[in-house]
Amino acid sequence: MDDLAAIVFLTAAATLRTATPLILCAMGGLFSERSGIVDVGLEGKMLIAAFFAAAIATITGSAWWGVAAGIVAAEIMALLHGFACITYRGNQVVSGVALNILAAGLTVVLGNAWFHQGGQTPPLDTARERLMPIFFPRAGDNVLVYVALASVPLAWWIVARTRFGLRLRAVGEMPLAVDAAGISVSWLRYRAVLLCGLFSGLAGAYVSIAQNAGFSRDMTAGQGFIALAAIIFGKWRPFPALGACLIFGLLDAIAIRLQGVVVPGLGEVPVQFIQALPYLLTMFLLAGFIGRAVAPKAIGIPYEKEH
Amino acid sequence: MRLSRGALPGWAEVLLLPLINIALAFLVVGIIVRIIGVDPFHALNRLILGAIGSSESVGYTLYYATNFIFTGLAVAIAFHGGLFNIGGEGQAYVGGLGCGLAILAFDKYLPGWLMVPLAIGAAALFGAAWAAVPAWLQAWRGSHIVITTIMFNFVASALMVYLLVNVLIAPGSMTPQSRGFGPTGQLPALPGSPLNLSTFLAIACCAAVWLFLWHTRWGYALRAMGHNPEAARYAGTDLRRMTMLGMCLSGALAGFVGVNELMGVHHRIVLDFPAGYGFAGIAVALMGRNHPLGVALAALLFGALQQGGAELAFDEPAITREMVVVIQGLVILFSGALEQLPRPWLALLLVRRG
Repeated sequence: MDDLAAIVFLTAAATLRTATPLILCAMGGLFSERSGIVDVGLEGKMLIAAFFAAAIATITGSAWWGVAAGIVAAEIMALLHGFACITYRGNQVVSGVALNILAAGLTVVLGNAWFHQGGQTPPLDTARERLMPIFFPRAGDNVLVYVALASVPLAWWIVARTRFGLRLRAVGEMPLAVDAAGISVSWLRYRAVLLCGLFSGLAGAYVSIAQNAGFSRDMTAGQGFIALAAIIFGKWRPFPALGACLIFGLLDAIAIRLQGVVVPGLGEVPVQFIQALPYLLTMFLLAGFIGRAVAPKAIGIPYEKEH
Repeated sequence: MRLSRGALPGWAEVLLLPLINIALAFLVVGIIVRIIGVDPFHALNRLILGAIGSSESVGYTLYYATNFIFTGLAVAIAFHGGLFNIGGEGQAYVGGLGCGLAILAFDKYLPGWLMVPLAIGAAALFGAAWAAVPAWLQAWRGSHIVITTIMFNFVASALMVYLLVNVLIAPGSMTPQSRGFGPTGQLPALPGSPLNLSTFLAIACCAAVWLFLWHTRWGYALRAMGHNPEAARYAGTDLRRMTMLGMCLSGALAGFVGVNELMGVHHRIVLDFPAGYGFAGIAVALMGRNHPLGVALAALLFGALQQGGAELAFDEPAITREMVVVIQGLVILFSGALEQLPRPWLALLLVRRG
């Protein structure tokens, strides 16, 4: 029985570990998307934050400066996205794709120029430069895991219960009405985009200085897109999105355990199938086969103020 | 910040604005190169020399450009229908699978003149099929094509890893790749160069896309849908069918990357051969203004960057090949998302004078 309890505990811990960056990223993306700004650039923000977090942690020797640098880097990307999409009313998907590609290239270029290790950062010193587990050393429950868990009720409270949240939802559904009420659409959306930068910055920092000991190229490996899938899967609401992140995290944890295991009646389940499952499930949902995912009405449409 | 929606003279709209956007992108690239500690002009010099300095480098430039033409055309043709296909990466991957499967199945039995068109057709078919699913989901189930094509990139990648590791792997091979193609499944190439017959296929595709878009009934309907779906529907266009057609053609074009890479160079199915060409296609299409001629020119530039960038990275240890990826990102940012950035100033400058 002890074995079973241990397996359950370790699987739960592994689930939480892989779900943490997804949750942080999803909460950030949720603010942006609820305000009507599509964010396919989550991946890029996370990647650039991961790089700067690890780079600055190496240079300063402090994990906290790393976290701060990750947030700043993601915020700069978020501001660029806002500048292109809100101020210049550019195509939001194009902007997001551009930022993803930019981040993929820039992290390797800068990493190579600064550390001469082919785009990697030097391995971080465990005690000072990484975020370490707080209560359960075997579970990897560092502070950002708890931040991620706390971010969900926080996001819910902000979106559902505050004046800012009400306006945020309104601007994502019908910006004209918000504008007519004398509230700035741009400023609201900028704040949403900045919130998104904050959370995706934390997610990136988690990946490079908590989950791993340093940055390696393309280390976010599509997690930003899985977070995006989780937002859609959660129908743009915080708690269902958390559920989706946990399911996707669990799939990942199981995938490692299932490697080479023969499931009765099914045979050996390919790891790649489980890895593709979050995307496949989201597509099924989007196709209307499991419930219906309705996006904020004004999502992706630049707002043009009438004069 | 308020923007004057200045109307510009036609020549400024078509030529000046895009050129300024690209100049801005390269200005930022120069700044980044400077930050890294390399003289930008020296780097540019090395890059140009590396791209077109010898017949060998020209061969590489053209070979890279071929891939960019395929993915650039793929993005462009979908754009004309108002569809944003970010799935070029996955479509190229699966297109290559189709091409490879056809060759693995028949290269022992068919002569080259039959094998080559069959494999090219299979690449187009598989690429189109991979694009058809997101297209169908958008046309009939209302799910957005941007999201579904992104998801399908990851599904394609997982599928290919599975197939290469478990099914297609050559017996006795340690690396996940298929057995080599027989001689009839290899495209004729210049000796010692990756440049192969696919480049002519790319040129033919440019002409075909141009003919299709501006000289056929379907091309007209596709563009009408892109400009105004409501009007197109009112004029009797079946929007669902046009969505399917636009995306399938787009996927088929992306699938030809597999022809250039697998049939032209690797001569077997390998992992990760699309290597970002699908995403770069967005930059190529934006820069080429979605016109086949523009796409071809932009593809040449990107091909030169790819080849010159590799040579530059060889010379300058401070610079890596990923510099090219940075340039692609910045080009998409400045000529796509921030396209309107110079407009107010340009309008101020030009309209007052005129």
